[in-house]
Amino acid sequence: MENIILKTEGVNKFFYDPIEFQVLKNISFEVQRGEFLTMIGKSGSGKSTLLYILSTMDTEYTGKLYIDNQLTTGLSIDKLAELRNEKIGFVFQFHYLLNEFTCLKNVMIPALKLGKIAPKEIEERAYEKLKILGLADQALKPSNKLSGGQQQRVAIARALINDPLLIMGDEPSGNLDSKNTNIVFDILQDLSKNYGQTIIAVTHDEDFAKKSDRTIEMHDGEIKSA
Amino acid sequence: MNINADIAKTYIFSNKKLTAVAALGVLLGMSVYIFMNSMMVGFDRSANESIFRSTPHIRVYKEDVISQVLVQEHPENYLIINPKIVPKNNRIINPNLIIETISKEKEVTVVTPQVNTSVFYNNGKSQIAGLAIGILPNQANQMYNISSFMVEGLFDQLKSNMNGIIIGSGVAKKMNVTIGDNINLTSSKGVNRNFKIIGIFKSNNSKVDNVNSYINLSTSQQLLKEGNNYITDINVNIKDPEQAEEIAKKLAAMTGYNAEGWKQTNETLMAAFRMRRIVINFVSLTILLVAGFGIYNILNMTVTQKINDIAILKAIGFKGKDVIRIFVTQAVSIGFMGVIGGVIMATIIIKMLQHVYIGGDIGYFPIRYELAKYLQGVGIGMFITFWAGYIPARKAASVDPVSIFRK
Repeated sequence: MENIILKTEGVNKFFYDPIEFQVLKNISFEVQRGEFLTMIGKSGSGKSTLLYILSTMDTEYTGKLYIDNQLTTGLSIDKLAELRNEKIGFVFQFHYLLNEFTCLKNVMIPALKLGKIAPKEIEERAYEKLKILGLADQALKPSNKLSGGQQQRVAIARALINDPLLIMGDEPSGNLDSKNTNIVFDILQDLSKNYGQTIIAVTHDEDFAKKSDRTIEMHDGEIKSA
Repeated sequence: MNINADIAKTYIFSNKKLTAVAALGVLLGMSVYIFMNSMMVGFDRSANESIFRSTPHIRVYKEDVISQVLVQEHPENYLIINPKIVPKNNRIINPNLIIETISKEKEVTVVTPQVNTSVFYNNGKSQIAGLAIGILPNQANQMYNISSFMVEGLFDQLKSNMNGIIIGSGVAKKMNVTIGDNINLTSSKGVNRNFKIIGIFKSNNSKVDNVNSYINLSTSQQLLKEGNNYITDINVNIKDPEQAEEIAKKLAAMTGYNAEGWKQTNETLMAAFRMRRIVINFVSLTILLVAGFGIYNILNMTVTQKINDIAILKAIGFKGKDVIRIFVTQAVSIGFMGVIGGVIMATIIIKMLQHVYIGGDIGYFPIRYELAKYLQGVGIGMFITFWAGYIPARKAASVDPVSIFRK
């Protein structure tokens, strides 16, 4: 039981604009600790919507969401922000780094926000994470001077800085060429295998999905196969 | 440094041009605000100084009385046709006692009796109308500081010379007389008397300089054929002239005579001052407000530009109030730079203006460093800046990250 990191119970979600439309229908599933889970499905199948609900950023749904055995449904927005800061790392399709900051600073920001350890220590850890991702030599460059693949790796380093319970990726390789896609995938797989990192990623890349531990296929707002 | 402040700092310095423009706006608004308000205080002060050369803070006198029906019972049954001012009735009874009572008030600094006499100045065939003010030299000098605007002669000689007179520079010019000359005065009671000119004053108010002269109180009483108990006005100076109206009310109740504050005496002038104050306040506040709009604009732009940053910050755990803090810090920092610059700029402007000679009544530009106005300006400036930052910041805080990521 304590190995379940994330659990949903009967999650439903409706869009009301332009017409009422049920995007998610009674979604219930569990994610084990250390699992590398991918979600696939055609566009409009609801996989991204589901991911944003899991991420706690989207709070307009019915049903229940447990993260780390804690019911997060109904928590205040500020409480959820604290929870994300501490327990969830994000990797997005369009890298989303803060352009004005150096790579190192980008990696440091979530930890500085958490404020559990001294800035000096955070800097060392950020260097470490960048080293793991092979970017130690880029650390002090402004983030917008890096290539797309490099930026995505910085984003992964940022997702890792607080040693989160789980990493969520929304098409983490969606915007990259095949070479960089492989690099990103290898990194995620490495994190999962060697560091026991739990990862949930949405993708439309079948090859990417095949290499993960488990794949959930979404179809018209329902889980088609798990 | 706190991470929110750190991010705000990065935003400020990553767009130096915008920051500089916004700060410059505040700088100009701030300096104009402080400068204009200090100037206003200076104008008011110099105008007051000029008023207090010939007007006491409070004047106690007896109002003219219209003749009334003497019958006590049913006065409405009687009628006085063509009623007139009761003659010889504006003397203050037992003035020494009243002076003594007023002097005991703790806000009061100087109390002095005064008898004004309408006179003609005669020199040979030339004759002009004027006003001889009978004073006790020591006390009157404390009140009006007459010796400070004497241009010739010594004020102190008036004490020892009962036939001495100090005339306005305009009178001296018109009558073609100077120190040591004699001048003849005819009073409204027909008394003729020669005076020796022992001094000439110039208050730079031509109305005063062309009309007034100072003589001893007792001489003035003689010109009116009255004894030394005849006093028409008791003038009072107090510590804070701004309280004149309230204290005047108190004195009126205490003595039973009319007491009028200097603002009431100079009502037209005061109305003009008030108007000037309103206009200057309005203009200077508007300029500050415009500077606030500058900051608002730039913050709004930053929020729109950085909407992705805001979404990502919220995703990685920044709360709404953290986002507000980031942008308010940015606004307040820009405002602070502008305010500091504005304070320096205002100080330079004031410094420069102090050396500009205006001439006439005023002399050098009547402006000083008014600490109160500086503080007021800084306070209002920071207040406007805060709101100019808070409104866009609130917009930023309400950004829904999901809607940004899904685009």
